[in-house]
Amino acid sequence: MLQYIVKRLVYILLALFLIITATFFLMRLAPGSPFASERDFPPQIEEQLNAKYGLDNPWYIQYKDYLIDSVTFDFGESMKYKGRSTNDIIAESFPISLTLGMQAMLIAIGFGILLGVISALYHNKAPDYVSTIIAVLGISVPSFILAGLLQYYLAYEFKIFPVSGWKGYVYSILPSLAIAFTHMGFISKLTRSSMLEQNNSEYVKMARAKGLSKWKVVFKHSLRNALLPVVTYLGPLAAGVITGSFIIEQIFAIPGLGRHFVTSITNRDYTVIMGTTVFYSIILLFAVFIVDILYSIIDPRIKLKGAKKS
Amino acid sequence: MKKNNFLVLMMLLLLSVVLVACNFGGEEETTDDSGTTTDTDTTTDDSSGGDKELNLVVASEPPSLHPQLATDTTSSTIMSSTHEGLMTLKNGEPVPGVAESYKMSDDQLTYTFTLRDAKWSNGEPVTAEDFAYAWEFALNPANASEYATILYAIKGAEAYNLGTTTSFDEVGVKVIDSKTLEVTLESPTPYFLELTAFKTLYPIHKATAEANPKWYTEADTYVGNGAFVLSQWQHAGSLTLEKNPEYWDADNVKLTKVNIEMVESETTQMTKFESGEIDFLGTNYGKISLDAIERLQSEESLNIVDYSGIYWYKFNTTDDVMKNANIRKALTLAIDRAGLIKNVTKGEEEPALGMVPNGVEGFGDDAGFFKDADYEGAKAALDAGLKELGLSDPSELNLKLSFNTSDAHAVIAQYIQEGWNKNLGINVTLENAEWQVYLDKLSSLDYQIGRLGWIADYNDAYSFLEMYNSADNGNNDTGWSNEEYTNLLKQSTTETDPAARLDLLKKAEEIIIAEFPVAPIYYYTNLYVVKDYVTGMEPDNLGNINLKDVDVTK
Amino acid sequence: MTEQKLRDGAFDIVGMHREEQEQLSSKPVSFWKEVLYRFKQNKLAVCGLIVLIIIALMAIIVPEVSQYKYSDQLGVYNQPPSAEHWFGTDDLGRDIFVRIWAGARISLFIGITAALIDVIIGVIWGSIAGLAGGRTDNIMMRIADVLTAVPYLLVVIILIVVMEPGLVPMIIALCITGWVNMARIVRGEVMSIKNQEYVLAARTLGAGTAHLIRKHLIPNALGAILVTMTLTVPAAIFTEAFLSYLGLGVPAPRASWGTMASEGNKALMSYPWRLFFPAFFISLTIFAFNAVGDGLRDALDPKLRK
Repeated sequence: MLQYIVKRLVYILLALFLIITATFFLMRLAPGSPFASERDFPPQIEEQLNAKYGLDNPWYIQYKDYLIDSVTFDFGESMKYKGRSTNDIIAESFPISLTLGMQAMLIAIGFGILLGVISALYHNKAPDYVSTIIAVLGISVPSFILAGLLQYYLAYEFKIFPVSGWKGYVYSILPSLAIAFTHMGFISKLTRSSMLEQNNSEYVKMARAKGLSKWKVVFKHSLRNALLPVVTYLGPLAAGVITGSFIIEQIFAIPGLGRHFVTSITNRDYTVIMGTTVFYSIILLFAVFIVDILYSIIDPRIKLKGAKKS
Repeated sequence: MKKNNFLVLMMLLLLSVVLVACNFGGEEETTDDSGTTTDTDTTTDDSSGGDKELNLVVASEPPSLHPQLATDTTSSTIMSSTHEGLMTLKNGEPVPGVAESYKMSDDQLTYTFTLRDAKWSNGEPVTAEDFAYAWEFALNPANASEYATILYAIKGAEAYNLGTTTSFDEVGVKVIDSKTLEVTLESPTPYFLELTAFKTLYPIHKATAEANPKWYTEADTYVGNGAFVLSQWQHAGSLTLEKNPEYWDADNVKLTKVNIEMVESETTQMTKFESGEIDFLGTNYGKISLDAIERLQSEESLNIVDYSGIYWYKFNTTDDVMKNANIRKALTLAIDRAGLIKNVTKGEEEPALGMVPNGVEGFGDDAGFFKDADYEGAKAALDAGLKELGLSDPSELNLKLSFNTSDAHAVIAQYIQEGWNKNLGINVTLENAEWQVYLDKLSSLDYQIGRLGWIADYNDAYSFLEMYNSADNGNNDTGWSNEEYTNLLKQSTTETDPAARLDLLKKAEEIIIAEFPVAPIYYYTNLYVVKDYVTGMEPDNLGNINLKDVDVTK
Repeated sequence: MTEQKLRDGAFDIVGMHREEQEQLSSKPVSFWKEVLYRFKQNKLAVCGLIVLIIIALMAIIVPEVSQYKYSDQLGVYNQPPSAEHWFGTDDLGRDIFVRIWAGARISLFIGITAALIDVIIGVIWGSIAGLAGGRTDNIMMRIADVLTAVPYLLVVIILIVVMEPGLVPMIIALCITGWVNMARIVRGEVMSIKNQEYVLAARTLGAGTAHLIRKHLIPNALGAILVTMTLTVPAAIFTEAFLSYLGLGVPAPRASWGTMASEGNKALMSYPWRLFFPAFFISLTIFAFNAVGDGLRDALDPKLRK
């Protein structure tokens, strides 16, 4: 196992290196600059700005600088938000997105699996149809439309929740729901489909024949095996959700990390682009890593190569 | 069956326990983040007598609250409350701010400002050195201030900023004593007093700035001299301004607190206004979206005031087709501006038939250059243009109309596209691009027709005409230039007689309009809605609102 | 328990016919015929298919025969639905009914193409990675991770710069990362299936990799594949709206459901019908796809055979 983990870490570093390289060249190739605006200023000032942020160096020096920044995890000052360090921006906004994301994930996973199990147990009966309708609505109504509807009806028409902002728990409910709904739909569909497969397996039939109740079979046997595709999906999803959703944070005016992924790029704020990308990549790569480890726990038949070559 | 229910119940219970746990996490985070303050409560209702709070939104996190480093409107909007220049604008006119009085020399080149006993928010006096320090900061090449050009009216400023001279002593800013500042200009600048109310010319507290170069990034180190102090700044979330007790005119400041949230989505801004979470909505405190205008008008709650800005389509005069002035003329004439304004933009904008908005002094009406929706004239010009290009049919023209991604620009472009197609028979393809990609296309002249807007920094015709003084001007973007035009503009900068100067600028406008490097479309208006308990909140024609004059009476 | 003796005459001896011993009592049915039969039994799935066919037909016919074009500005701005304009008009006075069906062409094309490409790349990539394991798996899946981690917006901006806007760059942009989820899920399924007894048995009997993938791994991962596919369709429809917004898609005044929905979303307070119709048809289509997907899954599932 240890050998496997070490090997995996090497690959993670390699992937990280590729991500930094690709991001660096993409962002330097994209037209525009962090200082571009409708209003032009003298080329001398632009030179000074470039010099101030090291943009006048040849590309390989800049590339090297970003690699060093990434290794030391110190990305320097934002080029758009004057005097603010990229690390501070991430440190301030990530906890907010994390809180929101965790809440959304819990809703999505909890209700998603519940709906999926109900669907599978009552296959092609009324409960199946009801939960399928909920799930499909979740998938087909994107979060930005749902967010708009929630905001309009629950916050404006019925005044149950505040319209936007981030000043306490009550502010997190609508955005969490808006994030959770799509993922809930998909998790539910995925659970349903793999539960159905399990329900027709010999061991489930056996357990039922032995007189175990439907639900007991679910929790004791089939759910565990059915969760495999769900877990696969959850890894990258978790990485995405806890680092924030741009659209939701924009609609509900939440000062989270998700916005920075998009605004840093539209601003061509190079240091923040690199900082947020590296941060997200690390979370993503480890989330996928954890999923692989979970595989062997959920399904002991899956052997992680490198662990023990037979 | 019993067991089943139990299991479901357990799952729900577990879920809610975790959710509640999460809840505490959330609250902890938010209070942690605000850092400098203890007050995160925003409800206005529990403010007991005497407290006057105003709730507003701005579109984004202000990128920089340093007067000399800021470039954007959000930052200037906030700083117009936290800072005050030598002069300040009242209904668009400069009135004394920190300066108690000023003297102008007969040649209009030297201004001597006498400062009043104004104080910084930390209690220290505002001195002439603070102004000189701030202006030096802006002009010092090492600080790379993007707005330094606005100071070029001052003698020697350009040379110092561009590094040809290295001593600030050669710049026409002289501290006579702590309360007297003498400014010498390069040439007579009729709008110089207006400029001293502009953000780049605000003072900064020298001692604070020298001790902590990042003083402007957090609320607790922020020092200003305006009517309000920045008391809380949750980055990307919200800002709170409180009345500055040290302000020289504090007795006339009615509001005690202003809560400003950063809300990017226009839909959310509108919903917040409708549900009473904010008291005002309109440039620069948020924006009213196109889709809401008609509804607000039918509710008779929409206010419309002039705004010194113009929306125009630029033509790339180096393009093979667009270099033809007749084609450009045909396109300009064939735009149905009145229809566009009535049906699409709906903000009672003024059709633009010239280059300078009507709100600018001396440019009352620009009738006479050309008529709106003049299809006859357009067709004549088109025929002439086609002949010159060696084409026989307008359908052989395939033009590309570019704009940066935005719903409003897209709607306007589609309206004009349809008009050109229907009335002239020209095929037009629309092309939208992300903002920076678009800017890059414009400045590298890689386009045919492109939209832009221009909002004045100071309410003077020069601000609208200067950018076309040479093809190399970074704001020109059309490749057009005209020697006579350039000369007229140059003359206007040294002309001391206001009437003669106006004549020169008007002549210049006539020249550029005759050659159509741009198709003016409309002059902006400023739309806003405000709750009826708020008084004194009306944007001037540069879009500024002085919160000092605003009152809330509930 | 009491002993029971068979009484004489309870059974007749009918005799034994050697030649009939090997015959099946019912006619042998081919696999696909059986799938079709079972699909037809599923009413919901059949309904879904009919809805999809109707939508496709409307998309083909309506824009051709309608008295308006999708780009015609009729001078009646933001009208609510009426007898004249069934779905109302938009902010430029265009008939939303025609725009919905003109938009259906783009959205359905994008949705189906994206789903197909995702399935093709994702399934192949995922099953090879899952089957091979070890270093191959590690490298292939890390490539997938890199693709998801590199900022998508930057990639799109570069595409805008180097390509003319239209359907081709749109499909390219959708394909860059769309298949990654599919690949991950297929790989997970394959890893779990490949060590099951019947696969091991097939291997021992000398089955090749291609045969394994085709005959054992894909059929058993089919449920997850179909579900993932049903997510791909709406995702592609809305990604198209996002890409159009950035300037990569089909230029205005052409509309798609995605762009109509996101524009309508902003007008929710004033002109709700501008959001309702595109959103309704997106949902309806996804429902139909889902019903068909579920029906297919049930019909194809070898274990559900009765």
